[in-house]
Amino acid sequence: MIFRKKIKDEATGSTSGENAIVNKEVEGLSQGQIVRRRFFRHRAAVFSLGVIIFITIFVFTALDFRLFGIWRIHGWWKWKIDDIPELRFGDCPNDTVGCPTISFRPRFLGGSGFGLGDHPFGQDDIGRDFFSLVMKGTQRSLSVMIVIGVIGGTIGTVIGSISGFYRGKVDAILMRFTDFIITIPAIIIGSVVGYHFGNLGAMFLAFYLGLFAWTGLSRLVRGEFLTLREREFVDAARVAGASNRRIIFKHILPNAVGVIIVSVTLLMSGAILLETALSYIGFGVVEPDVSLGLLINKYQDAFTTRPWLFWFPGLFIISIALSINFIGDGLRDAFDPRQRRRISKKERQDSATARKLAQAND
Amino acid sequence: MAAFILRRLGVLGVILFGSSFILYNLAAISGDPLEQLRLSSEPNRDFLIASLTRELQLDVPPPARYFLWLKGVFGIFVGNPNFGTGRDGALVSHSLALAIPVTIRLVLAATIFAIVLGITIGVITALRQYSRFDYAMTFVSFLLFSLPVFWVAVLLKEYLAISFNNFLRDPHVPLGWILVIGIASGVFWASIIGGTRRTFWIVFASALSIAIALVSTFSASGWFLNPGLGPIVVFGLSVGIAYGVTQLSVGLTNRAALKSSLTMAALALIMYYPANWVFDNHAGSISIILMAAFTVGAAVIAGLMFSKIDRMPIIRTTILTALLSGGLIIVDKFMQTWKPYMETDAINYRPVPTIGQRSDLLSTDNWWLSSLDIVTHLFLPTLALTLISFAGYIRYSRGTLLEVLNQDYIRTARAKGLTERTVIMRHAFRNTMIPLTTIMVVDFAGVIGGALITESVFGWSGMGTLFRNGLLGYDLNLLMGVFFVTASLSVVANLVADLLYSALDPRIRVGGA
Repeated sequence: MIFRKKIKDEATGSTSGENAIVNKEVEGLSQGQIVRRRFFRHRAAVFSLGVIIFITIFVFTALDFRLFGIWRIHGWWKWKIDDIPELRFGDCPNDTVGCPTISFRPRFLGGSGFGLGDHPFGQDDIGRDFFSLVMKGTQRSLSVMIVIGVIGGTIGTVIGSISGFYRGKVDAILMRFTDFIITIPAIIIGSVVGYHFGNLGAMFLAFYLGLFAWTGLSRLVRGEFLTLREREFVDAARVAGASNRRIIFKHILPNAVGVIIVSVTLLMSGAILLETALSYIGFGVVEPDVSLGLLINKYQDAFTTRPWLFWFPGLFIISIALSINFIGDGLRDAFDPRQRRRISKKERQDSATARKLAQAND
Repeated sequence: MAAFILRRLGVLGVILFGSSFILYNLAAISGDPLEQLRLSSEPNRDFLIASLTRELQLDVPPPARYFLWLKGVFGIFVGNPNFGTGRDGALVSHSLALAIPVTIRLVLAATIFAIVLGITIGVITALRQYSRFDYAMTFVSFLLFSLPVFWVAVLLKEYLAISFNNFLRDPHVPLGWILVIGIASGVFWASIIGGTRRTFWIVFASALSIAIALVSTFSASGWFLNPGLGPIVVFGLSVGIAYGVTQLSVGLTNRAALKSSLTMAALALIMYYPANWVFDNHAGSISIILMAAFTVGAAVIAGLMFSKIDRMPIIRTTILTALLSGGLIIVDKFMQTWKPYMETDAINYRPVPTIGQRSDLLSTDNWWLSSLDIVTHLFLPTLALTLISFAGYIRYSRGTLLEVLNQDYIRTARAKGLTERTVIMRHAFRNTMIPLTTIMVVDFAGVIGGALITESVFGWSGMGTLFRNGLLGYDLNLLMGVFFVTASLSVVANLVADLLYSALDPRIRVGGA
């Protein structure tokens, strides 16, 4: 039963027709334009891109921020993370204190209207505004993610492309070096580094994690380079007298950029989970710094009485990781020429009618 | 082949040597194991410092001390490995021997569930590419990818374990929940089976009514307090299994396979009471293994009796059916143990624990009670780990199967007029499994090293806890012991994966360039 529909699909789908539609669509477009088009057609990815941009701006402008250590930009949120406002008593369910004031229920439904209130995410044990803590933690997690992505991505790309392009001895040595890094589980190196150097700050931790996070990426890039360097256009460039450097940067790298970008996004979504997990078990970002994993760890026992202390940091982790994953999926679809868009029934009919008309006109 | 393996092992040995040397020194320079003692004000402080220094050889500088440690580890070749002692004076090899089974117990079931579920759903989504079910599963797998395991664990503890325990106080499912469960199962089955709009609604309606009928019967009869299947249900389910397994493996048109599988279902009915007698009087893992061997033997005999040609696939099908039906009898026995288990003082009608690996208060010599105790303690961690890791298998098996379905040999198989079942199960699915197998091996080794967080959330004391203690106490021997096990596992798993790949896929030759 399961399989019957498949046969039908196979029977009705005429491959040449589909090719014609797809080819016609990309006529006269540059590679960048094609990729951009395909990406923007992936609705979930575009939506996620919007979410990530929104979260980044929202989070980084909320608190005071030092740009290059000189310009101090004032945040739009009224509390800072070290302010200790008065704990809110009363109006809270189950006699708890410091409950969130955020409200989505409009006034005509008996709520207090849409608004953030004084402490939208509630307050912690001593009354610190939890919203500002979550903002700070999200800033940390986002920057750790980006640092790991940049460092891991750079090292992985360099090592992968060198060993894929030069092959032979260089390749053997670099790949054994990669194996060597792989043997050390990421979580173990993260714990050692995080536990012993965690007090040097989140950026240091991110830097170190980045130094160990590139292995998967470098293998993928190497594979891509190994296939690309055998292609005709590389031979053509070599015959035309191009130097190795020119071949790498002008001919191979632009063709491998899809693989690189996609794996860097996936690396980043893994990085945010790694950072929060390390902070959760106490080996990552440590107090007095703030991180989303640290917040969850600190308040998980309060879950039964004050669940908001647990929900909000988690929601931020999930929305960031989820958006990054969807963006990665969209990019993969956009870069991978084998992944053809699904041709809708209408388009197929249109092309069929067009073909018939053309035949009739002949 | 042997030369290849030896060369690989040699390279891997060098790699392991390098990474352990770096880790040892990194951990050694980062902290002073005597720091706490130096700050303490105990009268025998100096004596304690001296004895710990002597015991852990702290007077030797770390790079040299590494070689002392390595010398001990090399004892593994003469059958006498020495991983040194931890700070608490216990032999590291002893602590490891206690911790490894715990961690394996923690991750084994979760990995198996994740693989089976993930591949099943991945295959279905690939066959139903671009359907609503496919989109829904894509979203779910991305969501699960993005969930931090510690967050899920706390949620599961709160909403699943505690509410389920509360529910058992008065096990009646409210009408609203019955409806929700019914609609959920209706939507699930209807979207998996698919087809025209008419079949969709027929499947939806029948799944809905079956689920509602089942849940309300369970609720009304107090089944949740005293569950069980009984011989009739075991037989019915076994017949279902026999049909399902036969359809998937050789097709229902193969009467010999169907007959011998159905014989196994009948055998499950006949053996129900004898098996329970064995369970009651000779409980233990040995008797279960013996009975499994007996089941396989019976299945082979039945397969040989019913088939004349093409015996191997038929025997395989029969063995699978027999083992699954036998598993049902064991599940039933566990269900029967449920009521006495809940009545013990240690449990007192709150059977799903949120923390720990066994109930210390439960003092019983009944094998079934203590096994059920282990099972209930495994429930939450297994669920959390399965949820987290099966998303990867969905994505991977879907992608691989889609790629395989585009290959020329699939077109050829269809053109030869093979049934769609043969094309999917024999030609496509088997080729999908080749890369998946290698991933599974590496993944399992990785999971053992990565159980640190799960262990800490659920309060298990396995490898992760040892590692954590080693790190917090600057206990180098302990730390390196854990590292040695995880790193060697991952190295061996990678080697095994390569060898498996070449064994499964004749196009890949090991030892070549």
